[in-house]
Order: sequence, then structure tokens, then C-alpha cells
Amino acid sequence: MSALSAEPIPRDTEHRSRTDARHDLIFRLALRFCALLVLAALLGAALSTLWGGRDVLFHDGLHFLLSSDWNPVENQFGALAPIVGTLVTSLIALILAVPVSFGIALFLTEIAPRWMRGPVGAAIELLAAIPSIIYGMWGLFVFVPFMSTYVEPWLSDYFGDASPSGGVQAVRLVIGTLILLIPTLPMFYGALHRWLHGMALTATALVLAISLSGALSYVLMFSVLPNLFNGPPLGLGLLTAGIVLAVMILPFISSVMREVFQTVPARLKESSYALGSTTWEVVWDIVLPYTRSAVIGGIFLGLGRALGETMAVTFVLGNSYNLTASLLMPGTSISSSIANEFNEAVGLHRSALIALGFLLFVVTFIVLLIARLMLRQLARKEGR
Amino acid sequence: MSAVYARRAVVNIVALALSGLATLIGLVFLVWILWITAQNGLEALKPTLFTKITAYADQGGLANAMVGSLIMDLMALLICAPIGVLAGTYLAEYASGSRLGASIRFLNDILLSAPSIVLGLFVYVIVVIPTTELTDGRITFSGFAGSVALALIGLPVIVRTTDEMLQLVPGTLREAALSLGIPQWKLTMQVLMRAALSGILTGVLLALARLAGETAPLLFTAFGNNFMTAHPLDKMASMPVTIYQYTNDPNPALHAIAWAGALLITLFVLALSLLTRIMFSRKKVSYE
Repeated sequence: MSALSAEPIPRDTEHRSRTDARHDLIFRLALRFCALLVLAALLGAALSTLWGGRDVLFHDGLHFLLSSDWNPVENQFGALAPIVGTLVTSLIALILAVPVSFGIALFLTEIAPRWMRGPVGAAIELLAAIPSIIYGMWGLFVFVPFMSTYVEPWLSDYFGDASPSGGVQAVRLVIGTLILLIPTLPMFYGALHRWLHGMALTATALVLAISLSGALSYVLMFSVLPNLFNGPPLGLGLLTAGIVLAVMILPFISSVMREVFQTVPARLKESSYALGSTTWEVVWDIVLPYTRSAVIGGIFLGLGRALGETMAVTFVLGNSYNLTASLLMPGTSISSSIANEFNEAVGLHRSALIALGFLLFVVTFIVLLIARLMLRQLARKEGR
Repeated sequence: MSAVYARRAVVNIVALALSGLATLIGLVFLVWILWITAQNGLEALKPTLFTKITAYADQGGLANAMVGSLIMDLMALLICAPIGVLAGTYLAEYASGSRLGASIRFLNDILLSAPSIVLGLFVYVIVVIPTTELTDGRITFSGFAGSVALALIGLPVIVRTTDEMLQLVPGTLREAALSLGIPQWKLTMQVLMRAALSGILTGVLLALARLAGETAPLLFTAFGNNFMTAHPLDKMASMPVTIYQYTNDPNPALHAIAWAGALLITLFVLALSLLTRIMFSRKKVSYE
């Protein structure tokens, strides 16, 4: 009985294991095919935009990158204005968003009471969930008027005038000195302290530091800022676009910072606290050095977002191809040029816009590549 | 010596106060944007939004845009959900430790934050141009092209969540199933997928939340349409693109309709992301 029933079973399992192996192989290949589609999407995006923009990229080449003459009527396509606009708005966004994001991450990991961390963190991350078209509408209908009535008149009155009246001049010097004093304050304090204790050598250092920061603030206030903040308070322009972008990328940078700050081993922080460090010293001297690469990765992630953002900036940039040094003047960016003009463009114009898309893709790809590599370093350190 | 202590204490307090201020700034912008959207949107909300189409302009509504968005979002999910889930499964189950898996995972993260307008251009080149040429211009921009572009936005989100969710499934479950002699594909489809189902669904919802608000990739793929259509090869209206066009229009009555649309789409997206957040947090608790 047992011999009879035992015989067919091995044959059957052999047959089954062969079909199973075949099914496994098919399944595996199907899965791999789907995974490769992710690669195909990236590669395809690069190649198709390169192909679509070939007429302009290969024929005009450097002229396309370096000329600021964008004139669809005469088939002149110099992309310098959108390129500069993209870089300038993203730079403004980073300058504003990085310190604020750092502050938020610091607040949420070290300072806020525990019950507050979850809800406030979630609220900040909601900023990332709001569709970019909403940022654009809010930017155009609310933030642009806000800038043109409250912020920009003030900026151009106090900083934008190249040869201001005496009162404004005095205000500017005071503000400039204050701005430069804040980072050098500890130095001043130390020098003053030593000087009071009769160490003559640092007195010269003090004088040197004061005169240096005075000279720098003079250059900043009377030569750099008048160029940057010169112009009518239109509201539309590079500065406004940069600020809107800063709000958009803030949740991305702060959530990366917050996440990596939490990976710092508690005993490192506790040792530092035990030696008498203040919270700020723990964050600045222990947490930040430990997470440096990931923090830079997070910043690059934000930069990648800012470079490619379309809808939020299209409304508030003002769509102008004039290159000016002033941040209050309208400008354009790669993505907003594409969004504004693509559907009316034909022939070479369309090719130029697709070429701009290729350029944007390559730049953001490199930025995001750096971001991910930097972020991976910390994961390695953790042994993940 | 006390001067040094005083200085450190002052620096500390200033830094902590500034970090609190930074958080406040972030929250102020969130409340400001949501408040403005709610205020303007509620003012303009009226029943004709849901019944009339955009062809009537300021006398009309958004019915065709809503239908178009719904169709394209669902088609996009139909495209990207199976592909994304299978690709994520490959990364989690078949490619752990392999070079190919690591690089796909890495590049997927890049696709996650790639500029959406370039993905729109990509679909324009690979879908819109060929269909135009093949049909002699009868089919140009289409709802199908729009949903392919949206699928590219949703794909990396689904790949990533599926990958992460499957990695959360305990290894003992795999060992138990394999020791019973079950083939690996059955293990994957019937055991692991079921165990990670709610996580994977969360990923799909997350993808929906992301692609529902996208405008840039639709501009030159689905284009827009003032009339109601459900045919995937027609030009198709969508909520974000209609909002974009109405905002660009000088007519304030259209701005009001755009605000109403903005409110609806924000509510939809925020509700989805809150829902996924709740699902995610429950997920983490149950596995830890």
C-alpha cells in the first residue's frame, strides 16, 4: 500500500517543481522588466528632450547658452535669461530656506516639548502637500501685492537708491554694521575682553576687525544692495519668486534635517550635555558635524526641487527676458518659459523650449545625484 | 570667567529663540496660504461649479475639468500602480544586495524629485508627436498622454513605498511559507503582498495625492478642453490646468472660479495626505 502510493508522489513533485521553477522565472523577469521601466523613464526623459531640442542644441550650441537674445519672431534663441533666472531664484530660495529649515529642525528635535513635535512637524510637512498651483495663485493674488505695498518700497527706499539722502545713508550704515556685527560679535567680545585685561596685541585685532567690517558693510550697503534692490516695487520679480520657492522647499529640507538629527546617538549628545554644553553648543558642535553630509544632501534636495519648480514661479516671475541685476525686476526661468510659451511655439521655438527642458533635466539630475549620494553616506555610517 | 558663561547663555537663548521664530514663520505661511484658499474658495463655491462646463466661461463651472481630472488620475493610477508595485516588489524581494537593485532604488529616488515639467516634455515627445504623425493630426494632445505623464509622477512614489513596506514584513513569514514548499511567486503574491497590503495601498493613495495636484506635466499632454469628454484620445480638461488658465485670465469672475477649484483640489489632496499619514502611523506601530 505504502509502496504503491509512494511511487507517483516523487514524479508529481518533480513535475510541479519544474513548472514552479518556470513560473518563478517568468514572474522574476516580469518584475525585473517593471523595475527597469524606472530606469527607462529617466533615460527616456533625458534622451527625448535631447532629441526634441536637437535643432537648437547642436546648431546653436554655446550661443544658445550664452546669448540673452530670445526673440521667437526672428528665430533668435539665447537662453541666458531663463538660465540666470532659474539659478538666481533657486539661490534666493536656498539662502532663505536653509536657515529657517535648520531652525525648524532644531526646534522640533531639541527644544519643543514632546507633545508639540508630532503635530507641528506634520503641519510643516503639509506645506509640501499643497499643490504648487495653489502656491502660484496665492503668490500672484496675495503675496505679490503684499510685496509691492509693504516690502519692496521699503527695500528700494532704504537700499535701492545709489545716492541716498543723509538720513537714509545713516540708517543704511547702522543696519550694515549690525548685519556684519552679528557673526563677528563673539570675536569682538573676546577681543574686548582680552583688551580690558591688558593684552595689547588683540587690541589691534579689534581695530582691524571693526575697520574691515565697516569697509565691507560700506561696499554691501552702497554698491551691492543698490544694484540688487533697484527698481519700481512691482511685486512681480525674482525676489518674490525666490521667497515663494523658499516656502515650497522649506518642508523638504527641514524634514531631512529633522530625520537625520534624530539619528545622532543619544550618548554623544548626553556626553556633551554632561560636560556643560548648552543646547545650542550640542547642536552646533555635535549634531551638525555628525550629520553634515546628510544635511548638505537635504539642502541639495531642496535645490533640486527649487530648480525644477514651475507653477509657483510662473505666475510671480513676470515673464521678461531682460537681464537686470535688480531682484525687484521681472524675469523668467527655464520652467516658466516652457510653461508660458510651449503651446504657442512652433518649429525652432518649440525645439528651443525642449532644449531648455533638457538643460533643466541635466542640471537637476546632477544636483539630485549629489543630494542622494550625500544622504547615503549617513545611512552607511549607521550600517543600514 | 563668568563673562564667558554669560556669553554662552546669551548665544544659546538667542539661537533657541530664533529657531522658535523659524518654526513660527513656517506655520504662518501654512496658515496664510490655507486661509486665503479657504476664504476665496468658499466665497466662490456654488452648485453650478459641479453642473456646468468651462465653455460658459464666467457663467459656467468646472464639471468637465472635474471629470477630466478624475479620468486622467484614475488612468494614471491604472498605469503606474501595477508597474510600481511590481517594480517595488523586485527591489525588496529579488534585488536585495544586487547592484542593479541598488542603482534602480537610487535612481527611483531621483525620479521622485525630478522636475515634472520635463516629464511632461518627455511624454510630449514620445506620445503626442507620434500620435499626431500617425493620425495626420486628428489625435494630438489627449487625455491618454496626460495620464501617462501623471503616471510618471506617481510611479516612483509607489515603487518606494512598496519596497519599504515589503521590507517591513518579517523574514520569518517568508521562511515559514518557503518551508512548506510554496514557489516564490506564490509566496510573493499571496503571502507577502497580503501582509503588506495596507502599506502598498497607502503608497497608491500617496501617489494619487501627488499627481492630483500636478499642472505642469498636463499643459502640453492633455492640453485642456472647454467641453465635456470622456474619450481618452480627446484633448481633456483638468482641474489644475483650468485653474492655471483662469488665473492667467484678466477676468475676475474667472479668478473666483479658479479659487473654488483651488479649494476643492487642496481639500482633496490634504485629505488624502492626512489619510495616508494616519495609515502610515498605524502601520509603523503594528510592526514595531
